[in-house]
Formats: sequence, structure tokens, C-alpha cells
Amino acid sequence: MAWVNAIIQGILTGGLYALFACGLSLLFGIMKVVNLAHGDLAIVGAYIATGVIAVTHVPFLWSIPIMVVLMAALGYALQRSVIQAALNKGELATLIVTFGLSIVIENGLQRFFSANSRSIGTGSSLLSASFSAGSQIQIGWLPVGILGIAILVLLALQYFLSASRYGRMIRAVADDRDAALLSGINARHVFGIAAAISFGTVGLAGVAYGMSGQFSPTDGNSTILLWAFAAVVIGGLGSLWGTLLGGIVLGVAQQVGGQINISYEALAGYIIFLVVLVFRPQGLTARRTQS
Amino acid sequence: MSESPLLEVRDLTVHHGQLRAVSNVSLRVRPGEVYAIIGANGAGKSTLLRTIAGLHHPTSGLVLLDGTNVTRLRAEKRATAGISMVPEGRRLFPSLSLEENLKVGASYARRGPWDIPAVMELFPFMKERRGQKTAQMSGGEQQQVAIGRALVANPRVLLLDEVSLGLAPLILQRIYDVLPRILASGVTVLLVEQDVAQARRVASHMQCLLEGRTTLEGRPSEFTSEQVEAAYFGLAGHNAGGAR
Repeated sequence: MAWVNAIIQGILTGGLYALFACGLSLLFGIMKVVNLAHGDLAIVGAYIATGVIAVTHVPFLWSIPIMVVLMAALGYALQRSVIQAALNKGELATLIVTFGLSIVIENGLQRFFSANSRSIGTGSSLLSASFSAGSQIQIGWLPVGILGIAILVLLALQYFLSASRYGRMIRAVADDRDAALLSGINARHVFGIAAAISFGTVGLAGVAYGMSGQFSPTDGNSTILLWAFAAVVIGGLGSLWGTLLGGIVLGVAQQVGGQINISYEALAGYIIFLVVLVFRPQGLTARRTQS
Repeated sequence: MSESPLLEVRDLTVHHGQLRAVSNVSLRVRPGEVYAIIGANGAGKSTLLRTIAGLHHPTSGLVLLDGTNVTRLRAEKRATAGISMVPEGRRLFPSLSLEENLKVGASYARRGPWDIPAVMELFPFMKERRGQKTAQMSGGEQQQVAIGRALVANPRVLLLDEVSLGLAPLILQRIYDVLPRILASGVTVLLVEQDVAQARRVASHMQCLLEGRTTLEGRPSEFTSEQVEAAYFGLAGHNAGGAR
């Protein structure tokens, strides 16, 4: 039973990882930007949510859409300014710029919010409750809810990309930027929209992370970015549903590793990551188009 | 010069890094005509066309659309101003279906006679295969999709870059057969061709490039095949560029 429990908990954790990873994957798939500040932005989202509650005293649930809008605006602004400027100099320059952003964000957060860790109080007893399935298995409503939200976000993203006018333009720019320009599409604006979506989703992930436990300014770089990378690589770069699969594989590996020995939890996750990298570098879900 | 040109290029020079790909080229395309640029591989034809479309920036010279200077306009703005290009090698969006490719082309369309149903009328094979990915289509079909994608934007000038590349003569003929209908809708055509016979057949004006320089310019009927050949290959001291 303990093993079944580990697998169930792993699948549920996968939802959080997918939420972290989908924005990273989207940004890479569309403009080949590896956003090294992605993890820090999740933490920014968590701080914005707590800040919104503290300043406006809105109920917790209201703070989430406000945070998503603010993060999306930040994403669009950063894309149109520093990230685009780096893109014009080549894809390698974006690594340096996003690395710099990561340092600025991390230190900025420490400056303003101190290095103390905190958590997001939901004020809801339901979210901290759990239900039992069998004698040894306790399933928390919060991870179930996060997995549900991750699936909803992925469904919404898939619908947006496949059926909407802007989604079509995003895919066109990702396929062939010059040909899209020739059709009158402003690729910079489209990139900005993609960044807005990426930042919005990672903000959501940050709030989910803050609700699940403690968060502090350094978490973005030390843990979240690595998880998100691992989930993206395991699932397949640029694939949306691959991030969910990758997140679940990573989550199950960690939980099962932790079941063997609690100190193997992180190790098991990275072993799976390396195994996939060696034997199936294109990820578990192969990409449709060349990258 | 009786009529004012719809598209004019004045003294255009374009560099690819150190290489001077286009040198002091000028051309005037009048409304409703077919203007052909011919030349061998590497003569600078595609670079010239891509510069007119805004994908390259010239070192010097001007591009004017209906008298307005568009030289500093970005590619996407030129497209909405009325310059549409069918790029060399088709450059369709591989992960999009045929219909989606056309919809992208129509994203910022100007007002005019062309829309997706009209393009599907022009190329009837599209109707039944609108949902298909274009990667599975033949070269000729892909070329027609690329032309359709440019047409739905309702351009004033349609730039066609090496439409004939890699196509069987029969397929190519079918594509050139729709040219009169495109012209009849009020679209002006500037095309780049390696196939000189094809270019002479359809063009009202032509220009030959050799190593980025103009070696011949005028109506196709003004020149003998020998003259065109000399300009194309740079034979017999036709100009300084060919003497090397």
C-alpha cells in the first residue's frame, strides 16, 4: 500500500510541476528562449498574491486573477524590452539576460521581503483537509485541486493555441518567423503575448507552491527552475501535454525514491531526468516539428 | 515614362555581411504589369526581392510604394501596406493546416477581392484538403498554398520568388495559368525567375541581374535570345561585371 500511496502522491505532485513547466516550454517552443528566471518569477507570483491580499484585503481567491494579470503585464513588458533586445543579438544572449534577471529578482525579493520563508494562507479549511482512500492512503484536497488546475490550464492553452486567432499567429511565428512577417504579423507583439501567458502560468504555479508549503526568495533558482527543466526535458521540449507527463514522471520518481529512503527523493528525480536525457533526448512525447 | 510606377526601387545596394549582393539596382513596376527579374544562381535576385519585402535592409537606396518611401518600414508593415511576397522555397507553416495557412495570410488583410473562398476557387484542389497539413502535399500544391496565402492579404504588389523551383513543367504551367486572373483582379506582379523562357513569356518588362548588377532592362520583345543569354551569363564583354 505504501508504494501505491507513493505513486498517487507522485502523480498529484506532477500537477504542480506541469504548472511550473508549461510556461517554460511555451517560451522555448515559440522563441527559443530558455528563461533562466522562470523559477524566480514563480516566487514573484507568490509574493504578488500575498501582497495583493495585504494591500487590498480582497479574499484569497480574488488575489489570484489579479496576480495573473499583473504577471502577464510584467511578461509582456519584459519581453518587449530586455528579452527582445537580447533576442536581436542572438539566442545565446537571452541566456545571459534571463540569468541576470534571475539574480536581480532574487536579490530584489530578499531586499524587500527578507530571506524569511512564508506561506500563503488560504483561509479555507477545505484546502488543508484530506480524504482517505484505504487505510494507508491520505489524499489532500490541495494537491488534487492543483492537478485539476494544471489540467485546466493545459486544456485552455491547447484551445487557445489551436483555435484562436492569436494562437494561430503564435504557431505561425514559431514555425517560420520571416514567413509570418510577410503575412503582416508583428512577431514582437506575438512574442510579448507568449511571454504574458508564460508569466501568468508560472505565477499560478508560484501561488500553488506557496499554498503547498513554505516559499522564500531563493526557492525559484534552487528548486523550482530545476523541477521545471526536468519536467520539460522528460516530457519533450516544446510539447504542452509533455509537461504534464514529464511532471508526473518526475513526481512519481521522487515519491517512489523517497519511499525507498527519504534521502533518495531528489536523487531519484534527477536519475530519471538523466536516464531520459541519455536514452530519449527528444523527450517522452516526440515533437511534431523540428526545433 | 508615361505612367507613374506602383513600385519603384532607386539605386538599391544590399550587403550580406562583406558581400555586396545587390549593387545600384533600380526598377520601376507600373500598375497592372508583370515585371520579371532573371539571372543565374547567386545573381542577387532573391536578395533584391527580400529587400523590397523588408526582410533585408539596404545599405543605400530607396524602395517606394506608390510614391511613398517604405525603405524604413519593417516587413510586417510593408505587408499591410500592400507588398506581399511568396518566398523562395514556399516557406509554409508546417504545423498548420492548409486553411490555417491561408487564415494567417489573411490576419491583417487589406480590403479587396481576395478572401479564402476566392482563393479556393482559384485553386480548386484546396476545397477538399483544407484541413490537411501542408507538409504532406506535393511541391506544386504547396506552391499554390503559398501563392494563396499571399493573395488573401489583398496585396497591391505580389512578389513571387522562384515559383518554378523544383516543379515539373506541367505543374508549373498550371500555376502560371492563374496569373492572368490574378492580374485581372488588380494585383501587380514582380517575379524572380531562373527559367528565362517562362519569364519572357509572361513579363511585360524584364531585368537581368549578374553578380548584383543590372545587365539588361526593357521589354522582352526588345531583345534577342542571344542578347539575353549574354546578359544572363555575362558573356562577350557585355558589361564590366561579365568580363571577370
